[in-house]
Amino acid sequence: MLEVKDLTFKVTENGIERSIVKNISFHVDDGEMLVITGPNGGGKSSLAKVLMGIEAADGGQILLDGEDITSYDINHRANAGIGFAFQQPPRFKGMTVDRLLSLAAGHELRECECCELLSRVGLCAQEYIKREVDATLSGGEMKRLEIATVLAKPHKLCIFDEPEAGIDLWSFSMLIREFEKIHDKKKESLILISHQERIIRMADRIMVIEDGTVKSVGARDEILPALLDKGDRCSCMNRADV
Amino acid sequence: MTKLDEITKKILRQIDELGFQQKGAFNLRHNGIALCHGDSEHVKIKKKEDKQGIDIYIDGETKGEQVHIPVVVNASGMQDEVYNDFYIAEGADVTIVAGCGIHNSGCNESRHNGIHSFHVGKGANVRYEEKHYGEGEGTGAKVLNPVTRIYLEEDAVFTLDTAQIKGVDSTVRETDVKMGANSRLYVVEKLMTHDEQSAESNMEVQMNGEGSSAQIISRSVAKGGSRQVFHPKAVGNAKCHAHVQCDSIIMDHAEVSSIPEINARHLDAAIIHEAAIGRINDEQLVKLRTLGMTEEEAEGIIIDNFLN
Repeated sequence: MLEVKDLTFKVTENGIERSIVKNISFHVDDGEMLVITGPNGGGKSSLAKVLMGIEAADGGQILLDGEDITSYDINHRANAGIGFAFQQPPRFKGMTVDRLLSLAAGHELRECECCELLSRVGLCAQEYIKREVDATLSGGEMKRLEIATVLAKPHKLCIFDEPEAGIDLWSFSMLIREFEKIHDKKKESLILISHQERIIRMADRIMVIEDGTVKSVGARDEILPALLDKGDRCSCMNRADV
Repeated sequence: MTKLDEITKKILRQIDELGFQQKGAFNLRHNGIALCHGDSEHVKIKKKEDKQGIDIYIDGETKGEQVHIPVVVNASGMQDEVYNDFYIAEGADVTIVAGCGIHNSGCNESRHNGIHSFHVGKGANVRYEEKHYGEGEGTGAKVLNPVTRIYLEEDAVFTLDTAQIKGVDSTVRETDVKMGANSRLYVVEKLMTHDEQSAESNMEVQMNGEGSSAQIISRSVAKGGSRQVFHPKAVGNAKCHAHVQCDSIIMDHAEVSSIPEINARHLDAAIIHEAAIGRINDEQLVKLRTLGMTEEEAEGIIIDNFLN
């Protein structure tokens, strides 16, 4: 279980301090899927980075299964059981796809294991396994590979930052099924940051963040109607039926 | 079979990934002399009469064979210069594994200058691997200055895979290639310098034959206070195409210069050069750290893969 208490994160730009995450508190139960949504620039990705330790919190507390991980750096949080899929994953010149997946798994993967992981994110394994994780891969391919790195080993909590971004229709449907499978097993807690209605509809609970604060949080059936209604009038949610 | 000491065996493991064995075609040069050598049915190695070095004759029936000609210097103060000439007949298919390792436990400079020329016949396919490595607790410098001259006849294919692993204090690498019609050249150069080491690589590829093509990839990592200079030059004298790519990671107080030169002397010569020098990407470090690695581990993995 993840518990976040009174979390704050600030940045200083041109000498001016600005709060990005403002005293946010929430929790994610074991095996629960929490979808975080809200307008662009509202602090969702920053919150995710603070949870992973990529950005340092300015205040508050983060507990994972009761363990205070607030002071842990990135790798300690990873080793404590948090997985993280970047919105824009980096490329690695010289590193092959199977090597990256093995690093993600924490041990050398056999070819068939790499193939299975790639298949789960809709990549035809034989075409990709020995390719370099460099500019020869498209944005969508990189994104799917990024998700595969998180699937490569079990976690207590997986955070996916806009997993749908840059992914084609067919692969998106496959990813939805993959998230559903993980969710059905109830072994890993999931935080998905998304504007995509199909992802939001999978959530057990939805948290809407706007201007660095929690505007609303609750069960899907409680939050979604208002969100859909609002989605007709603003651009914070992508209702395109992908 | 000649018995090899432990230092020599260790260096051979570093510079010959395919595994040096005293069988087939081989020649081990050790502290300036040929310690052991062997021929095969299709590969004959002859000692030069007029100067240090060997002539290697690879006949056209050679198919998929390996030739191993490593050099080991473990006498401090040794100044070794050797001339090796390869004659690869039409249609041959061969892998040549060279490489040099210096173990210097003394205070005098140890140096090896290897001057290699390759005369590659029509349609022959050659893969040439050369690794350079230095070690030893002495204060004497470890210096390696290779010269590689490659002459490609029509339809010949040459793959040049060079790597300077670590421990070489100074190197000046000179590579000259002259290419015939429809010949192809693939170069992968990998270089790591650290501490106060210096490395200079000068390469000139003359694409003289119509349809010739060259792909040159150089990847380097400069650490500590080391200095690197790259000067690749591709000259198109006929309808040809070439792609030169130099990427360097710079760390600490190191200095890297990349001075590309592309020269088209024919209307249909298409030559591209790309060069990039930069520090290790923070996003790459962060990604690997989210997989559970420390910053140091992540840095090591990024460098290893970049040079792989």
